Amino acid sequence: MNQPASAYFIEDRHDPNETHTLSVLVQNEPGALARVIGLFSGRGYNIESLTVSETESQKHLSRITIVTTGTPMVIEQIKHQLDRMIPVYRVVDMTLTKRSIERELAMVKVRGEGEHRVEALRLADAFRARVIDATTESFVFEITGNTDKINQFIDLMRPLGLVEVSRTGVAAIGRGPEGM
Amino acid sequence: MSDKSHDPNQMTGAAMIVRALIDHGVTDIFGYPGGAVLPIYDEIFQQSEVQHILVRHEQGAGHAAEGYARSTGKPGVALVTSGPGATNMVTPLTDALMDSIPLVCISGQVPTHLIGNDAFQECDTVGITRPCTKHNWLVRDVNDLAKVLHEAFYVATSGRPGPVLVDVPKDVQFATGTYHPPRKSDVHRSYAPRVKGDATQIRKAVALLANAKRPVIYSGGGVINSGPEATKLLRELVEVTGFPITSTLMGLGAYPASGKNWLGMLGMHGTYEANMTMHDCDVMLCVGARFDDRITGRVDAFSPGSKKIHIDIDPSSINKNIRVDVPIIGDCGNILGDILQVFKAEAKKPDVKAWWQQIAQWRARNSLYYRKSNDVILPQHAIQSLFEATRGKDTYITTEVGQHQMWAAQFFGFEEPHRWMTSGGLGTMGYGLPAAVGVQVAHPDSLVIDIAGDASVQMTMQEMSTAVQYELPIKIFILNNQYMGMVRQWQQLLHGNRLSHSYSEALPDFVKLAEAYGGVGIQVHKPADLDGAIQEMISVKRPVLFDCRVAALENCFPMIPSGKAHNEMLLPEQANDEATAKAFAGGKALV
Repeated sequence: MNQPASAYFIEDRHDPNETHTLSVLVQNEPGALARVIGLFSGRGYNIESLTVSETESQKHLSRITIVTTGTPMVIEQIKHQLDRMIPVYRVVDMTLTKRSIERELAMVKVRGEGEHRVEALRLADAFRARVIDATTESFVFEITGNTDKINQFIDLMRPLGLVEVSRTGVAAIGRGPEGM
Repeated sequence: MSDKSHDPNQMTGAAMIVRALIDHGVTDIFGYPGGAVLPIYDEIFQQSEVQHILVRHEQGAGHAAEGYARSTGKPGVALVTSGPGATNMVTPLTDALMDSIPLVCISGQVPTHLIGNDAFQECDTVGITRPCTKHNWLVRDVNDLAKVLHEAFYVATSGRPGPVLVDVPKDVQFATGTYHPPRKSDVHRSYAPRVKGDATQIRKAVALLANAKRPVIYSGGGVINSGPEATKLLRELVEVTGFPITSTLMGLGAYPASGKNWLGMLGMHGTYEANMTMHDCDVMLCVGARFDDRITGRVDAFSPGSKKIHIDIDPSSINKNIRVDVPIIGDCGNILGDILQVFKAEAKKPDVKAWWQQIAQWRARNSLYYRKSNDVILPQHAIQSLFEATRGKDTYITTEVGQHQMWAAQFFGFEEPHRWMTSGGLGTMGYGLPAAVGVQVAHPDSLVIDIAGDASVQMTMQEMSTAVQYELPIKIFILNNQYMGMVRQWQQLLHGNRLSHSYSEALPDFVKLAEAYGGVGIQVHKPADLDGAIQEMISVKRPVLFDCRVAALENCFPMIPSGKAHNEMLLPEQANDEATAKAFAGGKALV
C-alpha cells in the first residue's frame, strides 16, 4: 500500500473477521450499560446484537450478551477492555467455549388472506412458532431459536405478507452443570 | 435511636467531602468555586488541614493536580463546579487517562430534582466524562457519599492508575448523613487488579533473558507508577544482566540518564542507537510500556526478529498493537522482583559483549548532533545549557507539547523518577505551566521548570496569576521560535512547506506579560548571554517567564518518518532536502 505522508502509520489489515458471542456479568448500577455501549462506539467495535437484563436481583447482577465481529486481535481487545471496567465481574467468550447454547426470541407479524395465510400457519408449525395474536387478516408468531433459524423463518414469511419483526437479540448460556 | 446530634459521623455531604480528603491524606487541592460547589467551599473555609489552591481556569486545576500526582506518587485532587467547570476538566481527565495518572476530581452538580431539566450550569457530567475517566459516579444519596469517595481514591490509585470523577448534586452536599472512614468493603467486588505475576510466565521470561544474545529492556511509565521499589529493581536487573535499556517518553528517569547501559529514549524522536537496538534485538523485555504508535513506527516491521516479553498491569495492553510471546500481567515492581530472584538463582550473566560493540557503532553515529551557532541560540543548546545549570540541584521539569518537549526529552538527563512531567499520550499543549504550579505546591523548595514553546504556553498562561498569588517560584523556560514548531516541521516535511497557520503572528512581549502578572520577565537573544540569563532565572525566587529566542526553523531530529521502521530513521546529518523528500515521499496526509 502506498502510505500517504502522515503522522500516523496507516495500516490495512487483512485478517478475516470472526463473530463471537460474549457473556458479561456486571454490577447492575446506573450507567453500566452506557459504559459497555460507549466502549464499543468509542473504540470502533461492532455490535451485532446486545441484550441485557438483571439476572440476580439480590446481588444486583445483570448479564449482558453481546454478539460482535472483528479480527481475532480485536476480539481479544474487546474482552480485555470489557474485563477492566470497574463494574464488570466476568467476561466469557461463549464462542470459544464451544459449549454454549444461543437463543433469540422474535415476534413476527404477517398479514394476508387465503392461501398465503394457510401457508404461513403451516410454516410456523414446522418452525415450532406459536400464534400469540390473530385477526381475520393477520397473525403474530412467537418463535425462539438461534439467529439462523429466526432469519430463515423471517425470510420465508416475507412473500407471505411480512409486516414487521421485533427481536430480543441473542441470549447465551453454557452447557453442563457449571455457571459462568 | 440515640440522639444523633452528638454522633461525630453525622455531617453534611459537603463536610464529608472535606473529611474524606483528610482521611486519604490529601493536603492540597486545586479548584475553582461556583454555584454548585459553594457548600464544599464553605467547609474548606472553616478548616486548615486541606490547602486549596485557586486556579484561573478549571483546566489549570486538572493539570496542576496531574503535576502534583506525578511528582509525588500521590493522587492529585481537583474540585470544580457543575456545567462549564466540569466540561473544562475534560482535557485534564483525558490526559490523565492516557498517561495513567491518579486523579480524583470532585464536581458539583445541580440539585437532584433539577437533573435533566437543562438547569443553569447543568451538564451530563458523568455522561461526558465516562469515556475519559477510569470510573465515575453520580451520588444521589448522601449516605452513599462516604463509600463512593473512598472507592474513588482506591480506584484512582490502584491497578493501572487513572482519573476518577465524583459528581455531587448540591442538595446532597447540604443533606446530612452518616460518614464512615475508609474500609475494605468500600470497593466494588468486581474490581480486583492483578498484582502478582504468573510463576510459569516468569520462568519462561527468565529462560529467554538468560539465553539472549542481543537483548534490550524497554521500560515505560508503568515502572514509575509502580513506585520506588520498581525503579530500584529495574536498575538492579540492568546491573545483574548487563543489558542495554531504553525508555519511552513517560518512562524517563526510571533508569538514570548517566547510567552506562542507557541508550536514550526510543521512538519517533528517539536516539538511533535505541531504535536500532530495538529493531535488531533477539529478546525484548517491555516493562510497563504499551507499544504506542510513537514507539513502534511501522507495526509490521517492528523488531521483526525478537521474542517479546511484556509486563503490564493492564491485560488490555497485551497484544493490542504488537503480538508478544510472553505476556506477564501484574505490577511491574512485583514481577521485576520475581524475575530477578529466579534469574539470580538459575542464570548466569549472559555474554552480550558483541551486542554492545554493535551498539557502540550505532551510538557513534551521534544521532542527536546539531550545529551550534555563535549568532543564534539553538533550542537543543538552550536545553543543554539549562541541564548543565541545574545539574546537582533538586529539579523538576514539566513541558508543554511539541518540538521543545522532544528536545527536552533528548537533551535533559533525568537521574530519578517523578522528575519529568509531560503530556505523553494525549499531547496536551498547555499542560506544562499548570503542571509546574502543581509540582511547586508539592515541592515548595525545589526548582520547578516548565520547558515551554511560545505557542503552547499561551494556552494556559493565566495560571501565572496562580503562581504569583501563592508565591510559587516556577520558571517558564520558553523556547521561542515564533512558530508552532512541530506543526511547522510537519508542514515542511509533508506538506510542501506550506506553513498554514503555524506562524505566531502576534506574540505578546513575554517580559512585559510576566511583569503584568507580577512575575519576572527575562529575555535572551545571544548564545553568549544564555548561561548568565539562566543563572539569573534560577536565582530569582519568583515566577519567571524566560523568553529564550531560538533559531526559528530548526527541526527535531532524529526522526522515524511515518510508515517507516526503526531502522529507517532520518538522522540530522542526512536530513538535507533531497533525503527528506525521499523519506517522506507519498501522497497527501489523511490524518
